Amino acid sequence: MEGAAVLGRLNWHVAEVADVWPETDRVKTLALDVEGWPGHRAGQHVDVRLTADDGYQAQRSYSIASPDGGPRVELTVERIDDGEVSPYLTGDAHAGDRFELRGPVGGYFVWDPDPGGPVLLVGGGSGVVPLMAMVRQRTANHDEVPTKLLYSARSWEDVIYRDELGRYGKRGDGLEVVFTLTREQPPDWTGFGRRVDRELLSQVAPPDLSLTLVCGPTPFVEAVAEALVGLGHEPSRIKTERFGPTGG
Amino acid sequence: MEALRLDGNAAAGLLSEVFAGEVTTAVGTCDSCGAVEAVGAIHVYMAAGTVLRCPHCEAVVMKVVTDGERIWMDLRGLRTLELAS
Repeated sequence: MEGAAVLGRLNWHVAEVADVWPETDRVKTLALDVEGWPGHRAGQHVDVRLTADDGYQAQRSYSIASPDGGPRVELTVERIDDGEVSPYLTGDAHAGDRFELRGPVGGYFVWDPDPGGPVLLVGGGSGVVPLMAMVRQRTANHDEVPTKLLYSARSWEDVIYRDELGRYGKRGDGLEVVFTLTREQPPDWTGFGRRVDRELLSQVAPPDLSLTLVCGPTPFVEAVAEALVGLGHEPSRIKTERFGPTGG
Repeated sequence: MEALRLDGNAAAGLLSEVFAGEVTTAVGTCDSCGAVEAVGAIHVYMAAGTVLRCPHCEAVVMKVVTDGERIWMDLRGLRTLELAS
């Protein structure tokens, strides 16, 4: 393609809310129909821009939760109580509402179907969202790369996509899902019950890892990356996506 | 300071206003220590402006400020930036 549109800079699209559903008490998924959506890669994000009646604009980044396919894009958003954008997206947004969206953004933190060996995905809290897009894309593509998702949440009630993830772990298609619940565990819990540290990673991470993708709050991401390097994993094979306290 | 650290991914939307191609997979060389990294792996701090720092030596490699109509970029800390054409 020679057209300027291919290399053109990203423009703002109009997104219309098609559906909204709760994932946990604090987290909702919004299915959006985006006019002119060019498709995306699992792991990419979008910038959402809201404009108030007086012209004031607030802009935040959210990871795409859905695999690539058609004009529909799903965002999973955690409510940050004093945030400027997430209270609207998780509270007031209803089917038919419209707002501006720019993307897809970022080609670095994305699903690689053939990295040459096993993949480890490590998510902390809502950091699981771009990793879920990857798990879904992997399933949609029938990718065979052995993949492990390690998901750290405070409690079972805080686990996003828990039914779907439970199903994925049992398909026998080379995808394994491992949970750790850091604050509160159900009475019959047999999984991990503490923060992701070096010892936990030594039990979970395959020694021949080709690629690790880590997403979560900055302290989580840095602790995981540091522990993996401490265990001898190559830093250049660890990709991170941090999200900070300024979000929402 | 550390808690506010993000990755180059976080600056990708802003940088897409400047660069036509995918910028987080572009490779930059730090002018201070010579380290070579994908923009997606560079540390980002967001406040009134966006500051990108080398993940190896923490030198500032890029500063970006926008007022919604114009964008100012200071690239003194970046020796080279290699993008897919």
